[in-house]
Amino acid sequence: MRILVAMSGGVDSSVVAALLVEQGHEVVGATLQLYDHGAAIQKKGACCAGQDIHDARRVAETLGIPHYVLDRESRFRAAVIDDFAATYARGETPIPCIRCNQTVKFQDLVELARDLGCEALATGHYARRVEGAEGAELHRAADPVRDQSYFLFATTRDQLDFCRFPLGDMPDKAAVRAVAERLGLAVAAKPDSQDICFVPEGSYDRLVAKLRPETAEPGEIVDTEGRVLGQHQGIGRYTVGQGRGLGLGGGAGERLFVSAIEPGRRRIVVAPRAALAQQAAVAGEVNWLIDPPATPRPVQVKLRGREAPRAATVAWDADAGLLHLALAEPNIVAAGQACVVYDGDRVLGGGFLRAAKIDSGEAAA
Amino acid sequence: MALYLDANATEPLRPEARAAVLAALDLPGNPSSVHAAGRAARRVLEVARDQVAARFGAAPGDVVFTAGGTEANALAIHGLSAGRRVLVGATEHPAVLAAAPGATLLPVRAYGTLDLDALAAALDGPPALLCVMAANNETGVLHPMAQVAALARAHGALLHVDAVQAAGRLPLSLAGLGADSLAISGHKLGGPKGAGALLLRPGLALAPLIAGGGQERGRRGGTEALPAIAGLGAAAQAAEPDAAARLAALRDAIEAACLAMGARVAGQGAPRLPNTTCLILPGAAAETQVIALDLAGMQVSAGAACSSGKVGRSHVLAAMGEVEGGIRVSLPWNAPEDAAELFIQAWSAMRDRLSRRALVGAR
Repeated sequence: MRILVAMSGGVDSSVVAALLVEQGHEVVGATLQLYDHGAAIQKKGACCAGQDIHDARRVAETLGIPHYVLDRESRFRAAVIDDFAATYARGETPIPCIRCNQTVKFQDLVELARDLGCEALATGHYARRVEGAEGAELHRAADPVRDQSYFLFATTRDQLDFCRFPLGDMPDKAAVRAVAERLGLAVAAKPDSQDICFVPEGSYDRLVAKLRPETAEPGEIVDTEGRVLGQHQGIGRYTVGQGRGLGLGGGAGERLFVSAIEPGRRRIVVAPRAALAQQAAVAGEVNWLIDPPATPRPVQVKLRGREAPRAATVAWDADAGLLHLALAEPNIVAAGQACVVYDGDRVLGGGFLRAAKIDSGEAAA
Repeated sequence: MALYLDANATEPLRPEARAAVLAALDLPGNPSSVHAAGRAARRVLEVARDQVAARFGAAPGDVVFTAGGTEANALAIHGLSAGRRVLVGATEHPAVLAAAPGATLLPVRAYGTLDLDALAAALDGPPALLCVMAANNETGVLHPMAQVAALARAHGALLHVDAVQAAGRLPLSLAGLGADSLAISGHKLGGPKGAGALLLRPGLALAPLIAGGGQERGRRGGTEALPAIAGLGAAAQAAEPDAAARLAALRDAIEAACLAMGARVAGQGAPRLPNTTCLILPGAAAETQVIALDLAGMQVSAGAACSSGKVGRSHVLAAMGEVEGGIRVSLPWNAPEDAAELFIQAWSAMRDRLSRRALVGAR
């Protein structure tokens, strides 16, 4: 069948394209141009496309498949980069890879694939799509180290039905690289991408400050009683749960972490680690990959990308569109991050964490 | 099966040009050398110069060979703009826009032709260099060159015409246009890539971009790319503007069918190149259409392609007040007789698929 493959120029999606060609499919490669690479690395005269697009094209040439570069700069800026900065400005923790998957990747590319007469969209994500009795199911990848199911929770059931993740069953990355070598792909030894793609130099606070100047305005660092402990250089440099960069000195006291960010008063609230953990969490913008549960249901949840699923009970408030979690063990809840609900290996759904309810005594920001 | 419909990007090589290139490749000499081999190379160079001069109404001594249309345009703007303001049309090719970063942009009307009132107003004032394309690369729209030239003359402005797309497709001459300089490109005429020319009005002084060894009478340094130039000359001679009627019939058939199926044509109300149509399918992204058609074997383009291959938003359509994107179908000199039929078939299948989804999405 005709399949559209989202090719980033990295080894994973290159192997996906190569495997599908090997299986005899009519493969069409597409690479998203998401931002001006030359501007991002602040190097005058650098190509707007960057090395990855050239790598993707080289791989497509090697495979003998048609390949197209899709200009998605303005879409990506609105859906991902502006949202990234706006989330910081709200005192929350952005998760741009999910926003990107949710919009530029799965929404737009599924649409494009259908427009092009393709029967599926394949990507290099590490997750398994399992054909279940009631349609496609999303499962964790065979390789727990590489599993990206957390970042895919917002894929709708219709999109998931159309998608293929050929790397989901790979035992590990070495196996993927071995396939790349066997198939003679030039990217076989290319290093994994790191960090946030549109901030290649890693200093995202400068980008956030440029887009949202208010996030770079100084303010107070206070404890939960409101006592001023120090000054900060802008809330855009902090996220809930952060322990570094507070500049509170090494004192004899207990180590302090960001427990809340109050954008209205430009305050960073800090507390000992134990005081940060919460027993409950609420998530909005919910996407269910099952028929939503009518009654509270025992599940496992991940509140951030890098943690194992932990036991919880989920209740669905259909009227408010909110997902309520009772956590079996206290955990740090960073608003803005994704909360993904699992049943074993299977992703049931998820949402974006909301800020914890503010006590009546505190002014809402 | 593939059908090449992107002549405005590059024309297929004409057999006459191919023969001239191959013959020139075997000449060992440098046209600037004194010896017999040099003279033989010089002869080929001057034959090409005569061919270009004859086709486009210039004196052979006023033909300056360059590496292509982009360089010819840049050379004109660089070489003629000393002490002059530069005025360029809003729909000019990036080769011109980028060579004149400080230029005043002249607006166009809805059909893409220069707004002559605005042009007259812009010409008022200190002496100017006016750069106008004879035919637009994306829409094929022709500016009213006689009126443009008359206005330029009346205001004491120099007129540079980018004739890269018009050359070979329309009867065209430097003198006939009343222009001071004219840029052409070999591969848009059916020659090889790598050669172009700037044609100058007799006696017009031009400052070189590249001085080098004084080639081209000191107006363009560097050993001439003889095979490409020989191909350019042969292509210029072989190009038959009179054959335009054949392409126009195919183009008109495509337009009639697509218009009947809901398309619009950019610049439809203006005089246009016979081989070009810019089709707008409301609600459908140009990028998607170009890919869908390519997968169906129809090779067309949209907007100006960046070197990365991405399809950017068209500044030409934007200047015409068009909000949708368009695809450009440009028939090559050797388009087969069933080109229109095949294209209409593929376009109609694409349109059906795109509109089906639109209906599904609206439910």
